[in-house]
Amino acid sequence: MAQSDLTRRTVLRRAAAAGVLAGPAAGLLSSCALGDDTSGDTSGKYEGTKSDKNPLGVKEDAPLDIVIFNGGFGEDYAKAHQAMYKETYPKAEVKHSAVVEINKELQPRFVDGTPPDFVNNSGAGQIDLGGLVAQGALADLTPLLDAPSLDVPGKKVRETLLPGTVESGSFDGKTYVLNYAYTVYGIWYSNKLFTDKGWEYAKTWDEHIALCKKIKAAGIAPWTYQGKHPRYMSWPVISTAVKFGGPQVAMAIDNLEPGAWTSDAMKAAAEAWYQIVKDKYILEGSPGLDHKQSQTEWCKGNAAFISCGSWLESEQKAVTPEGFNMAVAPTPSLGSGDKLPFAAIRGTAGEPFVVPAKAKNERGGMELMRHMLSMKGGKDFTGKVSSLSVVSGAADGVTLPFGLTSAVKALADSGSNGFNWVYNVYYRKLERELVDAACGEFFSGRTTPAEFLAACQKGADLIAADTTFKKYKRSA
Amino acid sequence: MRHGKYPLLLAFLLPPLALYGYFVVSPYAQSFLIAMTNWQGLSPAYEFVGFDNFKRMMGDEYVWNALLNNLWLLVLLPLLTIALGLFLATMLNVGGRGGRSTVTGVRGSGLYKVIYFAPQMLSVSIVGVLWAEVYNPRSGLLNSALRALGLDGLAKIWLGDPAYAFWAVLAVMVWANVGFYVVLFGAAMQSVPRDIYEAAALDGASRLTTLVRITVPLLWDTIQVAWVYLAILALDGFALIHVMTRGGPNFSTDVVGLRLYTEAFGDYKWGYASAIGVVMFFVTLSVTVLSLRLTRRERIELS
Repeated sequence: MAQSDLTRRTVLRRAAAAGVLAGPAAGLLSSCALGDDTSGDTSGKYEGTKSDKNPLGVKEDAPLDIVIFNGGFGEDYAKAHQAMYKETYPKAEVKHSAVVEINKELQPRFVDGTPPDFVNNSGAGQIDLGGLVAQGALADLTPLLDAPSLDVPGKKVRETLLPGTVESGSFDGKTYVLNYAYTVYGIWYSNKLFTDKGWEYAKTWDEHIALCKKIKAAGIAPWTYQGKHPRYMSWPVISTAVKFGGPQVAMAIDNLEPGAWTSDAMKAAAEAWYQIVKDKYILEGSPGLDHKQSQTEWCKGNAAFISCGSWLESEQKAVTPEGFNMAVAPTPSLGSGDKLPFAAIRGTAGEPFVVPAKAKNERGGMELMRHMLSMKGGKDFTGKVSSLSVVSGAADGVTLPFGLTSAVKALADSGSNGFNWVYNVYYRKLERELVDAACGEFFSGRTTPAEFLAACQKGADLIAADTTFKKYKRSA
Repeated sequence: MRHGKYPLLLAFLLPPLALYGYFVVSPYAQSFLIAMTNWQGLSPAYEFVGFDNFKRMMGDEYVWNALLNNLWLLVLLPLLTIALGLFLATMLNVGGRGGRSTVTGVRGSGLYKVIYFAPQMLSVSIVGVLWAEVYNPRSGLLNSALRALGLDGLAKIWLGDPAYAFWAVLAVMVWANVGFYVVLFGAAMQSVPRDIYEAAALDGASRLTTLVRITVPLLWDTIQVAWVYLAILALDGFALIHVMTRGGPNFSTDVVGLRLYTEAFGDYKWGYASAIGVVMFFVTLSVTVLSLRLTRRERIELS
């Protein structure tokens, strides 16, 4: 036994020695993980001649390398878009691959300088877009936006998109990301439950609280939320503040302005939302549920309201009872002094598609986007995945499920009053970690509105002071 | 025979050493280098920033918070697991009072062994998902059982409450690991001569006295190994926590491994993440060396 112990100690000693020796040796090995600057230079891109039918100058027989995120939307919609491309360029070889973890698959290829030509950068393994832009890894999509639409005569691609689409993919005024699915964020409820009980969705905050009281008296919890991802609740709070104080409330937050989170509008909104915490209108145990569990409680009728984006309907498909008829509505107005009307709702383009800056067939990647952004491409997408595309009017005439129909209507009612914020795209950490944690404490009743906003502001100040985050500004 | 020894040894040793060097030592060595850069992991571009990443770490309250949680785990996980493991192993191997002449475990010890060891056969992610459901505050096994017993006051939000989340995760870590140490200690106990236990029993020693005065000293070597393994495990804890809580609520279950992962795969600060990794490398190494040193004792020669 004594001998084996000695061996163990020697092993450790040698391991320590190896660690020390490894330092100088590292230089020799560095080329492996850090990549090599000389590879993947920008020359040798496929380029064809521009013409009316080929406005981006795609080389007709150049291969197109595509990586799709295989998640909620599946991959069939993408194959249909590729088939459209193939119809236009029959000589092109289209290489389609669908993966679940984009980052693990593509990070080495970005470092190596040999990325694919077209990436659907989505899902839990999404590569941070702010980081990609900061490192110059993405191609500027301006040529695509200024190219003529594939099937809307006389219009440029950018003129066929829903409002906010271009902005949602822009960093410091340049567009690097095409967000293809249009998402509406609001408060969801079961139309059937409300009809059965004779309740009506409240348009002002006081009425909302009165309704909550009624719902609680009926033995149902008025609210639940995605407890382990409490940032879902930051959306209605910020929405309430934006409607109260106008779009500059969100712009200040996006631009990391000092005191943006503790503005009067944010204070009013946080105070208002604190009411549902104080009056115990939140389903018991919600903080310990994850998004699936809480959304299922809501589908079971144990809670009346939940905050979510319009992916909710397809996410909950398997557990939603027949005739549940989920519907989305804007956040209630705080009062008559609100800058935006009740109908104003947060809508934004999501589901990011990018063309890497070092893509061999950069033009082909953009041309595929132009096919996606055609009327035909958009209609096909909506039909296949029951989600809106950013192509304006492409959902007309497609039969939509109940929830999505309500989202389309909410969007139409909102019109030019629609709003959005993008700090979560610029600084992933701020929303996903810092505001998230602050929301968790607030909606569990452990912090006051003032403490909640102070925690968010502390997070924003932390990012603002951190020089390792590239800062973005927006003015519209 | 003698002169043919070395080629044979080399033939067996070199391939694994080469693989170890390429897949283990080389990445480690590279991380030391990357820790001195501001590499962001998406392009080949980087600059050397010297010790900036390490300085940044000194002022990063989230890293300190995570490290503190790791230190709590470092103290509690080995202590609880070894104590529980020793207790269970004693009961299973020498705790029985049934037979007169032989030293045996309690009745049904074979079945218990299987039950205790079962978690060892589950992968960490399955353990995490399983317990996340058990801790579900509304329909989970734990709260349902408490409510069925009329103990509604004890039903908590567990993973959703910073006051309990850490302890809930710690309990799962102990649960998942104790089975292995029950078997390890049990095997070690088998090598302890039966007559020592018999003599103790004849002298009227209680189970507790037997455990403290006989089993622990005779198993010291094994306990020492267990301590080192569990200490290394406590400094990690990444996989289970990533599945169960992702460090929340409000960073109450955050560990350094999770910080590192978030910095690398969330915010693409690979230089900084590597610096965290390098620090953890030295912390783990020191803890291992230290615990081997501190637990060194005179060994008892058996027979």
